[in-house]
Amino acid sequence: MSAAFAIDLTDAETFPSRRTEAWKYSDLKRWLRAAPEPSGTAAVGPPGPFYDLGGEAIVFANGRAVGVTDFIASGEQTLRLRYISDAVGTGHTAGARVSARAGAKLLLLETHEGAGSAYVAHNTLELDVAAGAEVTRVVLVEEPEDAISIAEAHVKVEAGGVYRQTIVTTGAKLQRIETRITHYAQGAQVQADGLYLLNGSRHTDLTSVVRHVEHDGATSQLIKGVARDTARGVFQGKIVVERGADGTDARMGHHALIASERAEIDAKPELIIYADDVQCAHGNTVGTLDESALFYMQQRGIPADEARALLTQAFLIEVIDRIEHEGAREVAREWLTARL
Amino acid sequence: MLSISNLHVSVGEKPILKGLTLDVPAGEVHAIMGPNGAGKSTLGYALSGRPGYEATEGAVEWAGEDLLALDPAERAAKGVFLSFQYPIEIPGVPALTFVRTALNAQKRARGEEEVAAPAFLKLVREASKALKMDFDMLKRPLNVGFSGGEKKRMEILQMALLEPSLLILDETDSGLDIDALRIVSEGVNALRRPDRAMLVITHYQRLLDYIKPDRVHVLAGGRIVASGGPELAHQLEAEGYDKYLLEPA
Repeated sequence: MSAAFAIDLTDAETFPSRRTEAWKYSDLKRWLRAAPEPSGTAAVGPPGPFYDLGGEAIVFANGRAVGVTDFIASGEQTLRLRYISDAVGTGHTAGARVSARAGAKLLLLETHEGAGSAYVAHNTLELDVAAGAEVTRVVLVEEPEDAISIAEAHVKVEAGGVYRQTIVTTGAKLQRIETRITHYAQGAQVQADGLYLLNGSRHTDLTSVVRHVEHDGATSQLIKGVARDTARGVFQGKIVVERGADGTDARMGHHALIASERAEIDAKPELIIYADDVQCAHGNTVGTLDESALFYMQQRGIPADEARALLTQAFLIEVIDRIEHEGAREVAREWLTARL
Repeated sequence: MLSISNLHVSVGEKPILKGLTLDVPAGEVHAIMGPNGAGKSTLGYALSGRPGYEATEGAVEWAGEDLLALDPAERAAKGVFLSFQYPIEIPGVPALTFVRTALNAQKRARGEEEVAAPAFLKLVREASKALKMDFDMLKRPLNVGFSGGEKKRMEILQMALLEPSLLILDETDSGLDIDALRIVSEGVNALRRPDRAMLVITHYQRLLDYIKPDRVHVLAGGRIVASGGPELAHQLEAEGYDKYLLEPA
Protein backbone atom coordinates (compact mmCIF):
# COMPACT_ATOMS: atom_id res chain seq x y z
CA MET A 1 0.00 0.00 0.00
CA SER A 2 2.97 2.24 0.57
CA ALA A 3 3.08 4.96 -2.04
CA ALA A 4 6.34 5.75 -3.73
CA PHE A 5 7.98 9.11 -3.31
CA ALA A 6 9.75 9.89 -6.55
CA ILE A 7 12.39 12.24 -5.24
CA ASP A 8 15.57 10.73 -3.84
CA LEU A 9 18.02 13.25 -2.41
CA THR A 10 20.95 10.92 -3.10
CA ASP A 11 20.16 10.85 -6.81
CA ALA A 12 20.13 14.16 -8.73
CA GLU A 13 18.48 12.38 -11.67
CA THR A 14 15.26 12.30 -9.66
CA PHE A 15 15.12 16.08 -9.11
CA PRO A 16 12.31 17.56 -11.19
CA SER A 17 12.83 20.72 -13.21
CA ARG A 18 10.32 23.17 -14.65
CA ARG A 19 10.10 20.98 -17.72
CA THR A 20 7.87 18.74 -15.62
CA GLU A 21 4.48 20.46 -15.67
CA ALA A 22 3.78 19.79 -11.99
CA TRP A 23 7.06 21.51 -11.07
CA LYS A 24 6.77 24.39 -13.50
CA TYR A 25 6.80 27.05 -10.79
CA SER A 26 9.23 25.28 -8.45
CA ASP A 27 12.29 24.36 -10.45
CA LEU A 28 14.13 22.12 -8.00
CA LYS A 29 16.84 21.27 -10.49
CA ARG A 30 17.72 24.93 -10.92
CA TRP A 31 18.52 25.35 -7.23
CA LEU A 32 19.85 21.87 -6.63
CA ARG A 33 22.07 20.59 -9.41
CA ALA A 34 23.78 17.80 -7.51
CA ALA A 35 22.87 15.53 -4.64
CA PRO A 36 23.79 17.26 -1.35
CA GLU A 37 26.26 15.74 1.07
CA PRO A 38 24.40 13.88 3.82
CA SER A 39 23.72 15.85 6.98
CA GLY A 40 25.36 14.94 10.26
CA THR A 41 23.54 14.46 13.52
CA ALA A 42 21.54 17.25 15.12
CA ALA A 43 20.32 17.93 18.63
CA VAL A 44 16.57 17.96 19.19
CA GLY A 45 16.60 21.28 21.06
CA PRO A 46 13.49 23.04 22.38
CA PRO A 47 10.23 21.09 22.54
CA GLY A 48 8.41 22.68 19.57
CA PRO A 49 5.28 24.85 19.33
CA PHE A 50 2.75 22.08 20.05
CA TYR A 51 4.47 20.73 23.19
CA ASP A 52 1.77 22.02 25.53
CA LEU A 53 -0.88 19.96 23.77
CA GLY A 54 0.89 16.80 24.95
CA GLY A 55 0.44 13.40 23.32
CA GLU A 56 2.88 11.00 21.72
CA ALA A 57 5.75 12.10 19.48
CA ILE A 58 7.63 11.06 16.39
CA VAL A 59 10.81 13.10 16.07
CA PHE A 60 13.34 13.27 13.26
CA ALA A 61 16.55 15.25 13.60
CA ASN A 62 18.30 15.73 10.26
CA GLY A 63 16.42 12.72 8.96
CA ARG A 64 17.40 10.43 11.82
CA ALA A 65 14.52 9.06 13.84
CA VAL A 66 14.74 9.72 17.56
CA GLY A 67 12.63 6.71 18.51
CA VAL A 68 9.83 5.32 16.36
CA THR A 69 8.89 6.34 12.81
CA ASP A 70 5.49 4.65 12.71
CA PHE A 71 2.36 5.26 14.70
CA ILE A 72 -1.04 3.60 14.80
CA ALA A 73 -3.81 5.55 16.51
CA SER A 74 -6.78 3.97 18.18
CA GLY A 75 -9.27 5.75 20.37
CA GLU A 76 -8.64 9.44 20.85
CA GLN A 77 -4.99 10.39 20.55
CA THR A 78 -2.62 13.25 19.90
CA LEU A 79 0.61 12.77 17.97
CA ARG A 80 3.28 15.40 17.51
CA LEU A 81 5.28 14.76 14.36
CA ARG A 82 8.44 16.83 14.33
CA TYR A 83 10.82 17.15 11.39
CA ILE A 84 13.83 18.99 12.78
CA SER A 85 16.58 20.30 10.53
CA ASP A 86 19.78 21.83 11.84
CA ALA A 87 22.40 21.66 9.12
CA VAL A 88 24.56 23.83 6.91
CA GLY A 89 24.66 23.01 3.22
CA THR A 90 23.84 19.31 3.59
CA GLY A 91 20.75 17.21 2.92
CA HIS A 92 18.59 14.66 4.71
CA THR A 93 15.42 12.64 4.26
CA ALA A 94 12.86 11.61 6.85
CA GLY A 95 9.84 9.37 6.43
CA ALA A 96 6.97 8.74 8.83
CA ARG A 97 4.01 6.40 8.65
CA VAL A 98 0.86 7.10 10.56
CA SER A 99 -2.51 5.43 10.51
CA ALA A 100 -5.76 5.95 12.35
CA ARG A 101 -7.76 2.80 13.00
CA ALA A 102 -11.49 2.56 12.40
CA GLY A 103 -13.28 4.89 14.77
CA ALA A 104 -10.06 6.51 16.02
CA LYS A 105 -9.80 10.24 16.49
CA LEU A 106 -6.29 11.54 15.91
CA LEU A 107 -4.93 15.04 16.31
CA LEU A 108 -1.74 15.11 14.25
CA LEU A 109 0.42 18.13 15.06
CA GLU A 110 3.22 18.39 12.56
CA THR A 111 6.10 20.83 12.65
CA HIS A 112 8.98 21.43 10.31
CA GLU A 113 11.51 23.19 12.51
CA GLY A 114 14.54 24.44 10.63
CA ALA A 115 17.79 25.94 11.88
CA GLY A 116 21.17 26.39 10.25
CA SER A 117 21.34 27.40 6.60
CA ALA A 118 21.21 26.22 3.03
CA TYR A 119 20.20 22.70 3.96
CA VAL A 120 18.04 20.44 1.83
CA ALA A 121 15.26 18.57 3.58
CA HIS A 122 12.96 15.95 2.16
CA ASN A 123 10.24 14.97 4.60
CA THR A 124 7.57 12.44 3.79
CA LEU A 125 4.46 11.16 5.47
CA GLU A 126 2.18 8.26 4.65
CA LEU A 127 -1.12 8.62 6.40
CA ASP A 128 -4.04 6.21 6.38
CA VAL A 129 -7.40 7.26 7.70
CA ALA A 130 -9.52 4.15 8.20
CA ALA A 131 -13.26 3.90 7.74
CA GLY A 132 -15.00 6.05 10.31
CA ALA A 133 -11.73 7.49 11.64
CA GLU A 134 -11.17 11.21 12.03
CA VAL A 135 -7.79 12.88 11.60
CA THR A 136 -7.04 16.57 12.06
CA ARG A 137 -3.58 17.49 10.83
CA VAL A 138 -2.12 20.91 11.54
CA VAL A 139 1.28 21.68 10.02
CA LEU A 140 3.51 24.61 11.00
CA VAL A 141 6.54 25.14 8.80
CA GLU A 142 9.40 27.47 9.67
CA GLU A 143 12.68 27.27 7.84
CA PRO A 144 15.70 29.45 7.10
CA GLU A 145 15.36 31.71 4.06
CA ASP A 146 18.11 29.87 2.19
CA ALA A 147 16.87 26.33 2.86
CA ILE A 148 15.41 24.02 0.25
CA SER A 149 12.69 21.69 1.38
CA ILE A 150 10.24 19.26 -0.07
CA ALA A 151 7.49 17.86 2.09
CA GLU A 152 5.28 15.20 0.63
CA ALA A 153 2.27 13.59 2.23
CA HIS A 154 0.29 10.73 0.77
CA VAL A 155 -3.04 10.41 2.48
CA LYS A 156 -5.65 7.71 2.03
CA VAL A 157 -9.11 8.38 3.37
CA GLU A 158 -11.31 5.28 3.55
CA ALA A 159 -15.07 5.33 3.20
CA GLY A 160 -16.75 7.43 5.83
CA GLY A 161 -13.50 8.85 7.22
CA VAL A 162 -12.86 12.48 8.03
CA TYR A 163 -9.56 14.14 7.19
CA ARG A 164 -8.79 17.80 7.77
CA GLN A 165 -5.46 19.46 7.22
CA THR A 166 -4.21 23.00 7.63
CA ILE A 167 -0.72 23.96 6.50
CA VAL A 168 0.78 27.20 7.79
CA THR A 169 4.11 28.21 6.31
CA THR A 170 6.49 31.12 5.97
CA GLY A 171 8.37 29.58 3.03
CA ALA A 172 12.05 29.03 2.32
CA LYS A 173 14.40 29.56 -0.62
CA LEU A 174 12.52 26.85 -2.46
CA GLN A 175 9.79 25.05 -0.61
CA ARG A 176 7.28 22.56 -1.88
CA ILE A 177 4.58 21.17 0.36
CA GLU A 178 2.67 18.56 -1.54
CA THR A 179 -0.34 16.56 -0.43
CA ARG A 180 -1.90 13.74 -2.39
CA ILE A 181 -5.18 12.52 -1.05
CA THR A 182 -7.02 9.44 -2.27
CA HIS A 183 -10.59 9.89 -1.26
CA TYR A 184 -12.69 6.74 -0.97
CA ALA A 185 -15.65 8.94 -0.24
CA GLN A 186 -18.98 7.24 0.54
CA GLY A 187 -19.62 9.91 3.07
CA ALA A 188 -15.95 10.68 3.75
CA GLN A 189 -15.02 14.32 4.13
CA VAL A 190 -11.78 16.04 3.33
CA GLN A 191 -10.68 19.55 4.19
CA ALA A 192 -7.34 20.58 2.67
CA ASP A 193 -6.57 24.11 3.85
CA GLY A 194 -3.41 26.14 4.01
CA LEU A 195 -1.90 29.57 4.30
CA TYR A 196 1.39 31.16 3.44
CA LEU A 197 2.99 34.38 4.62
CA LEU A 198 6.13 35.14 2.65
CA ASN A 199 8.76 37.85 3.18
CA GLY A 200 12.02 38.65 1.41
CA SER A 201 12.74 36.37 -1.52
CA ARG A 202 11.04 33.34 -0.06
CA HIS A 203 9.17 30.80 -2.14
CA THR A 204 6.54 28.30 -1.22
CA ASP A 205 4.53 25.97 -3.34
CA LEU A 206 1.39 24.43 -1.89
CA THR A 207 0.41 21.65 -4.22
CA SER A 208 -2.42 19.26 -3.62
CA VAL A 209 -4.16 16.54 -5.55
CA VAL A 210 -7.40 15.15 -4.21
CA ARG A 211 -8.70 12.13 -6.09
CA HIS A 212 -12.30 11.13 -5.51
CA VAL A 213 -12.50 7.45 -6.43
CA GLU A 214 -15.89 6.58 -4.93
CA HIS A 215 -19.28 8.27 -4.84
CA ASP A 216 -20.66 10.78 -2.36
CA GLY A 217 -17.52 12.35 -0.97
CA ALA A 218 -16.95 15.96 -0.02
CA THR A 219 -13.81 18.07 -0.33
CA SER A 220 -13.41 21.62 0.81
CA GLN A 221 -10.23 23.60 0.31
CA LEU A 222 -9.40 27.13 1.39
CA ILE A 223 -5.90 28.44 0.75
CA LYS A 224 -4.91 32.01 1.54
CA GLY A 225 -1.57 33.67 1.11
CA VAL A 226 0.39 36.89 1.29
CA ALA A 227 3.55 37.59 -0.70
CA ARG A 228 5.67 40.61 0.24
CA ASP A 229 8.96 42.00 -1.11
CA THR A 230 10.13 39.70 -3.92
CA ALA A 231 8.53 36.56 -2.53
CA ARG A 232 6.67 34.04 -4.64
CA GLY A 233 3.68 32.02 -3.65
CA VAL A 234 2.50 29.06 -5.69
CA PHE A 235 -0.78 27.24 -5.36
CA GLN A 236 -1.54 24.21 -7.46
CA GLY A 237 -4.75 22.54 -6.47
CA LYS A 238 -6.17 19.66 -8.39
CA ILE A 239 -9.37 17.82 -7.67
CA VAL A 240 -10.03 14.74 -9.76
CA VAL A 241 -13.47 13.17 -9.75
CA GLU A 242 -13.11 9.66 -11.18
CA ARG A 243 -15.73 7.87 -13.20
CA GLY A 244 -18.38 6.58 -10.82
CA ALA A 245 -17.65 9.15 -8.13
CA ASP A 246 -21.15 10.55 -8.48
CA GLY A 247 -22.53 12.82 -5.81
CA THR A 248 -19.13 14.39 -5.19
CA ASP A 249 -19.20 17.85 -3.63
CA ALA A 250 -15.88 19.65 -4.12
CA ARG A 251 -15.11 23.29 -3.39
CA MET A 252 -11.75 24.93 -3.83
CA GLY A 253 -10.74 28.50 -3.07
CA HIS A 254 -7.38 30.25 -3.29
CA HIS A 255 -7.12 33.91 -2.34
CA ALA A 256 -3.87 35.82 -2.19
CA LEU A 257 -2.60 39.29 -1.51
CA ILE A 258 0.39 40.79 -3.25
CA ALA A 259 1.93 43.29 -0.88
CA SER A 260 4.69 44.51 -3.18
CA GLU A 261 5.09 45.23 -6.86
CA ARG A 262 7.86 42.69 -7.14
CA ALA A 263 6.12 39.82 -5.39
CA GLU A 264 4.52 37.05 -7.42
CA ILE A 265 1.63 34.65 -7.05
CA ASP A 266 1.13 31.71 -9.38
CA ALA A 267 -2.12 29.83 -9.05
CA LYS A 268 -3.26 26.80 -10.95
CA PRO A 269 -6.62 25.46 -9.83
CA GLU A 270 -7.79 22.37 -11.70
CA LEU A 271 -11.00 20.41 -11.56
CA ILE A 272 -11.00 17.23 -13.60
CA ILE A 273 -14.36 15.56 -13.68
CA TYR A 274 -15.19 12.18 -15.19
CA ALA A 275 -18.37 11.55 -13.22
CA ASP A 276 -21.90 12.87 -13.67
CA ASP A 277 -24.03 14.50 -11.05
CA VAL A 278 -21.28 16.27 -9.15
CA GLN A 279 -21.07 19.70 -7.59
CA CYS A 280 -17.72 21.35 -8.08
CA ALA A 281 -16.70 24.96 -7.70
CA HIS A 282 -13.48 26.89 -7.56
CA GLY A 283 -12.60 30.50 -6.93
CA ASN A 284 -9.27 32.20 -7.24
CA THR A 285 -8.45 35.83 -6.49
CA VAL A 286 -5.26 37.83 -6.24
CA GLY A 287 -5.40 41.38 -4.93
CA THR A 288 -3.68 43.99 -2.83
CA LEU A 289 -4.34 45.36 0.63
CA ASP A 290 -7.32 47.73 0.61
CA GLU A 291 -5.82 51.23 0.47
CA SER A 292 -8.92 52.92 1.82
CA ALA A 293 -9.04 50.55 4.80
CA LEU A 294 -5.36 51.28 5.37
CA PHE A 295 -5.97 55.02 5.39
CA TYR A 296 -9.02 54.67 7.61
CA MET A 297 -6.97 52.78 10.20
CA GLN A 298 -4.13 55.29 10.06
CA GLN A 299 -6.60 58.15 10.41
CA ARG A 300 -7.65 56.61 13.72
CA GLY A 301 -4.04 56.55 14.90
CA ILE A 302 -2.83 53.10 13.93
CA PRO A 303 0.64 53.44 12.36
CA ALA A 304 0.95 52.17 8.78
CA ASP A 305 2.99 49.04 9.60
CA GLU A 306 0.64 48.04 12.37
CA ALA A 307 -2.38 48.69 10.13
CA ARG A 308 -0.90 46.50 7.39
CA ALA A 309 -0.19 43.70 9.88
CA LEU A 310 -3.73 43.91 11.26
CA LEU A 311 -5.28 43.78 7.78
CA THR A 312 -2.98 40.92 6.78
CA GLN A 313 -3.91 38.97 9.86
CA ALA A 314 -7.60 39.66 9.29
CA PHE A 315 -7.23 38.33 5.75
CA LEU A 316 -5.38 35.15 6.70
CA ILE A 317 -7.15 34.30 9.94
CA GLU A 318 -10.13 32.76 8.15
CA VAL A 319 -7.97 29.71 7.45
CA ILE A 320 -6.94 29.41 11.11
CA ASP A 321 -10.56 29.84 12.22
CA ARG A 322 -11.44 26.71 10.26
CA ILE A 323 -9.15 24.53 12.41
CA GLU A 324 -11.57 22.28 14.25
CA HIS A 325 -9.48 21.63 17.38
CA GLU A 326 -9.48 24.60 19.72
CA GLY A 327 -6.07 24.03 21.31
CA ALA A 328 -4.35 23.56 17.94
CA ARG A 329 -6.22 26.54 16.54
CA GLU A 330 -4.95 28.83 19.30
CA VAL A 331 -1.34 27.64 18.89
CA ALA A 332 -1.58 28.26 15.13
CA ARG A 333 -3.14 31.67 15.71
CA GLU A 334 -0.35 32.74 18.06
CA TRP A 335 2.29 31.27 15.79
CA LEU A 336 0.96 33.28 12.85
CA THR A 337 0.44 36.49 14.83
CA ALA A 338 4.05 36.37 16.01
CA ARG A 339 5.19 36.24 12.37
CA LEU A 340 3.15 39.09 10.93
CA MET B 1 -6.79 76.87 16.93
CA LEU B 2 -6.81 75.45 13.42
CA SER B 3 -5.15 77.80 11.00
CA ILE B 4 -5.20 77.07 7.28
CA SER B 5 -3.49 79.56 5.03
CA ASN B 6 -3.41 79.67 1.26
CA LEU B 7 -3.78 75.89 1.00
CA HIS B 8 -3.44 74.39 -2.46
CA VAL B 9 -4.16 70.68 -2.85
CA SER B 10 -3.96 68.55 -5.97
CA VAL B 11 -5.33 65.09 -6.57
CA GLY B 12 -3.23 63.51 -9.24
CA GLU B 13 -2.42 66.42 -11.52
CA LYS B 14 -5.69 68.16 -10.85
CA PRO B 15 -5.73 71.19 -8.53
CA ILE B 16 -8.80 71.01 -6.24
CA LEU B 17 -8.11 73.47 -3.43
CA LYS B 18 -6.75 76.74 -4.78
CA GLY B 19 -5.68 78.99 -1.94
CA LEU B 20 -8.01 78.12 0.92
CA THR B 21 -7.62 80.25 4.04
CA LEU B 22 -9.58 79.54 7.21
CA ASP B 23 -9.19 79.87 11.00
CA VAL B 24 -11.19 77.78 13.47
CA PRO B 25 -10.54 78.73 17.11
CA ALA B 26 -10.73 76.02 19.78
CA GLY B 27 -14.22 75.75 21.26
CA GLU B 28 -15.94 76.79 18.02
CA VAL B 29 -17.94 74.85 15.46
CA HIS B 30 -17.51 76.01 11.87
CA ALA B 31 -19.57 74.70 8.98
CA ILE B 32 -18.17 74.33 5.47
CA MET B 33 -20.92 74.39 2.89
CA GLY B 34 -20.63 74.26 -0.82
CA PRO B 35 -21.86 72.76 -4.05
CA ASN B 36 -20.83 69.32 -5.24
CA GLY B 37 -17.29 69.26 -6.55
CA ALA B 38 -16.24 72.36 -4.62
CA GLY B 39 -13.51 70.45 -2.77
CA LYS B 40 -15.28 69.82 0.55
CA SER B 41 -14.21 66.21 0.95
CA THR B 42 -10.76 67.06 -0.37
CA LEU B 43 -10.36 69.50 2.50
CA GLY B 44 -11.15 66.74 5.02
CA TYR B 45 -8.71 64.35 3.37
CA ALA B 46 -5.97 66.96 3.06
CA LEU B 47 -6.24 67.86 6.74
CA SER B 48 -6.05 64.19 7.76
CA GLY B 49 -3.23 63.32 5.34
CA ARG B 50 -4.79 60.89 2.90
CA PRO B 51 -2.20 59.65 0.38
CA GLY B 52 -2.83 61.13 -3.05
CA TYR B 53 -4.07 64.47 -1.68
CA GLU B 54 -0.96 66.49 -2.08
CA ALA B 55 -0.55 69.93 -0.55
CA THR B 56 1.44 71.84 -3.16
CA GLU B 57 1.37 75.20 -1.42
CA GLY B 58 0.27 76.83 1.83
CA ALA B 59 0.30 75.79 5.48
CA VAL B 60 -1.90 74.08 8.06
CA GLU B 61 -1.30 74.54 11.75
CA TRP B 62 -3.13 72.82 14.56
CA ALA B 63 -2.23 73.59 18.21
CA GLY B 64 1.12 74.92 17.06
CA GLU B 65 1.95 71.80 14.99
CA ASP B 66 2.71 71.86 11.27
CA LEU B 67 0.11 69.24 10.31
CA LEU B 68 1.33 68.83 6.75
CA ALA B 69 4.66 67.47 8.03
CA LEU B 70 2.98 64.58 9.86
CA ASP B 71 1.73 61.22 8.59
CA PRO B 72 -1.96 60.34 9.10
CA ALA B 73 -1.41 58.32 12.30
CA GLU B 74 0.73 61.08 13.81
CA ARG B 75 -1.99 63.62 13.01
CA ALA B 76 -4.55 61.36 14.70
CA ALA B 77 -2.36 61.19 17.81
CA LYS B 78 -2.29 65.01 17.77
CA GLY B 79 -6.08 64.97 17.98
CA VAL B 80 -7.21 65.10 14.33
CA PHE B 81 -10.30 62.98 13.65
CA LEU B 82 -12.02 62.73 10.29
CA SER B 83 -15.49 61.25 10.40
CA PHE B 84 -15.93 59.61 6.99
CA GLN B 85 -18.89 60.24 4.75
CA TYR B 86 -18.81 56.52 3.99
CA PRO B 87 -17.11 54.70 6.88
CA ILE B 88 -14.95 51.82 5.68
CA GLU B 89 -15.83 48.17 6.30
CA ILE B 90 -12.96 46.13 7.66
CA PRO B 91 -13.68 42.38 7.49
CA GLY B 92 -11.89 40.23 10.03
CA VAL B 93 -11.23 43.00 12.55
CA PRO B 94 -13.82 43.20 15.34
CA ALA B 95 -14.93 46.78 16.09
CA LEU B 96 -13.78 46.48 19.72
CA THR B 97 -10.32 45.31 18.68
CA PHE B 98 -10.08 48.09 16.16
CA VAL B 99 -10.98 50.89 18.55
CA ARG B 100 -8.75 49.57 21.33
CA THR B 101 -5.82 49.19 18.93
CA ALA B 102 -6.35 52.77 17.74
CA LEU B 103 -6.72 54.20 21.23
CA ASN B 104 -3.59 52.49 22.53
CA ALA B 105 -1.58 53.39 19.43
CA GLN B 106 -2.48 57.05 19.99
CA LYS B 107 -1.60 56.81 23.66
CA ARG B 108 1.74 55.18 22.84
CA ALA B 109 2.50 57.94 20.34
CA ARG B 110 1.79 60.55 23.03
CA GLY B 111 3.85 58.72 25.65
CA GLU B 112 0.77 57.94 27.74
CA GLU B 113 -0.11 54.73 29.48
CA GLU B 114 -2.17 52.23 27.46
CA VAL B 115 -5.68 51.30 28.55
CA ALA B 116 -6.07 47.74 29.84
CA ALA B 117 -8.93 45.58 28.53
CA PRO B 118 -11.28 45.78 31.55
CA ALA B 119 -11.07 49.58 31.78
CA PHE B 120 -11.52 49.84 28.02
CA LEU B 121 -14.64 47.67 28.04
CA LYS B 122 -16.13 49.84 30.77
CA LEU B 123 -15.52 52.96 28.68
CA VAL B 124 -17.10 51.33 25.64
CA ARG B 125 -20.17 50.15 27.53
CA GLU B 126 -20.86 53.66 28.78
CA ALA B 127 -20.24 55.32 25.42
CA SER B 128 -22.30 52.80 23.44
CA LYS B 129 -25.21 53.16 25.88
CA ALA B 130 -25.28 56.91 25.35
CA LEU B 131 -25.51 56.32 21.58
CA LYS B 132 -28.18 53.60 21.97
CA MET B 133 -25.88 51.05 20.36
CA ASP B 134 -26.11 47.33 20.96
CA PHE B 135 -22.87 46.34 22.68
CA ASP B 136 -22.83 42.93 20.95
CA MET B 137 -22.64 44.69 17.60
CA LEU B 138 -19.15 45.85 18.57
CA LYS B 139 -17.95 42.26 18.60
CA ARG B 140 -18.65 42.06 14.88
CA PRO B 141 -16.11 43.06 12.22
CA LEU B 142 -15.95 46.85 11.98
CA ASN B 143 -18.84 48.27 9.94
CA VAL B 144 -19.38 45.00 8.06
CA GLY B 145 -23.10 44.62 7.49
CA PHE B 146 -23.85 47.74 9.56
CA SER B 147 -26.64 49.99 8.31
CA GLY B 148 -25.85 53.58 7.31
CA GLY B 149 -27.04 54.82 10.70
CA GLU B 150 -25.04 52.19 12.60
CA LYS B 151 -21.90 53.13 10.72
CA LYS B 152 -22.32 56.80 11.64
CA ARG B 153 -22.97 55.91 15.27
CA MET B 154 -19.82 53.83 15.17
CA GLU B 155 -17.95 56.95 14.03
CA ILE B 156 -19.39 58.98 16.91
CA LEU B 157 -18.53 56.18 19.34
CA GLN B 158 -14.93 56.29 18.14
CA MET B 159 -14.88 60.07 18.63
CA ALA B 160 -16.18 59.67 22.17
CA LEU B 161 -13.49 57.11 22.98
CA LEU B 162 -10.52 58.60 21.14
CA GLU B 163 -11.30 62.12 22.40
CA PRO B 164 -9.89 64.07 19.48
CA SER B 165 -9.40 67.82 19.75
CA LEU B 166 -10.03 68.63 16.07
CA LEU B 167 -13.13 66.99 14.62
CA ILE B 168 -13.82 67.04 10.92
CA LEU B 169 -17.27 65.72 10.03
CA ASP B 170 -17.57 64.93 6.34
CA GLU B 171 -21.24 64.86 5.24
CA THR B 172 -22.19 63.15 8.48
CA ASP B 173 -25.89 63.47 7.63
CA SER B 174 -25.72 61.50 4.39
CA GLY B 175 -27.58 58.22 4.58
CA LEU B 176 -29.29 59.04 7.86
CA ASP B 177 -33.01 59.08 8.53
CA ILE B 178 -34.36 61.72 10.87
CA ASP B 179 -34.11 59.59 14.05
CA ALA B 180 -30.56 58.51 13.34
CA LEU B 181 -29.69 62.11 12.48
CA ARG B 182 -30.96 63.24 15.88
CA ILE B 183 -29.01 60.58 17.78
CA VAL B 184 -25.82 61.25 15.84
CA SER B 185 -26.16 65.02 16.30
CA GLU B 186 -26.75 64.64 20.01
CA GLY B 187 -23.59 62.54 20.12
CA VAL B 188 -21.64 65.26 18.36
CA ASN B 189 -23.10 68.04 20.51
CA ALA B 190 -22.12 66.12 23.65
CA LEU B 191 -18.54 66.37 22.43
CA ARG B 192 -18.52 70.18 22.25
CA ARG B 193 -15.87 71.49 24.59
CA PRO B 194 -13.93 74.74 25.00
CA ASP B 195 -10.66 73.02 23.97
CA ARG B 196 -12.13 71.31 20.91
CA ALA B 197 -12.63 72.64 17.41
CA MET B 198 -15.10 71.19 14.92
CA LEU B 199 -15.34 71.50 11.19
CA VAL B 200 -18.70 70.33 9.88
CA ILE B 201 -18.68 69.71 6.14
CA THR B 202 -22.13 69.53 4.62
CA HIS B 203 -24.01 70.13 1.42
CA TYR B 204 -27.36 70.70 3.12
CA GLN B 205 -28.42 73.09 5.84
CA ARG B 206 -30.47 70.34 7.53
CA LEU B 207 -27.60 69.04 9.68
CA LEU B 208 -26.97 72.55 11.00
CA ASP B 209 -30.43 72.59 12.60
CA TYR B 210 -29.05 69.92 14.90
CA ILE B 211 -25.40 70.91 15.19
CA LYS B 212 -25.43 74.70 15.54
CA PRO B 213 -22.37 76.30 14.00
CA ASP B 214 -20.66 79.43 15.27
CA ARG B 215 -19.57 80.34 11.76
CA VAL B 216 -20.55 79.23 8.25
CA HIS B 217 -18.17 79.32 5.28
CA VAL B 218 -18.96 78.77 1.63
CA LEU B 219 -16.42 76.69 -0.27
CA ALA B 220 -16.60 77.05 -4.04
CA GLY B 221 -13.97 76.59 -6.72
CA GLY B 222 -11.41 75.47 -4.15
CA ARG B 223 -11.56 78.60 -1.98
CA ILE B 224 -13.65 80.11 0.80
CA VAL B 225 -15.79 82.63 -1.07
CA ALA B 226 -18.06 83.82 1.75
CA SER B 227 -18.22 83.60 5.54
CA GLY B 228 -20.89 84.57 8.02
CA GLY B 229 -22.95 83.56 11.01
CA PRO B 230 -25.55 80.74 11.15
CA GLU B 231 -27.93 82.87 9.08
CA LEU B 232 -25.71 82.29 6.04
CA ALA B 233 -26.71 78.62 6.03
CA HIS B 234 -30.38 79.54 5.84
CA GLN B 235 -29.69 81.99 3.08
CA LEU B 236 -27.91 79.26 1.10
CA GLU B 237 -30.79 76.89 1.69
CA ALA B 238 -33.18 79.48 0.25
CA GLU B 239 -31.06 80.77 -2.62
CA GLY B 240 -28.84 77.83 -3.51
CA TYR B 241 -25.20 78.02 -4.54
CA ASP B 242 -25.79 79.53 -7.97
CA LYS B 243 -24.40 82.95 -7.28
CA TYR B 244 -21.11 81.44 -6.09
CA LEU B 245 -20.87 79.19 -9.11
CA LEU B 246 -21.13 82.15 -11.45
CA GLU B 247 -17.99 83.67 -10.06
CA PRO B 248 -14.86 82.54 -11.89
CA ALA B 249 -12.97 80.08 -9.68
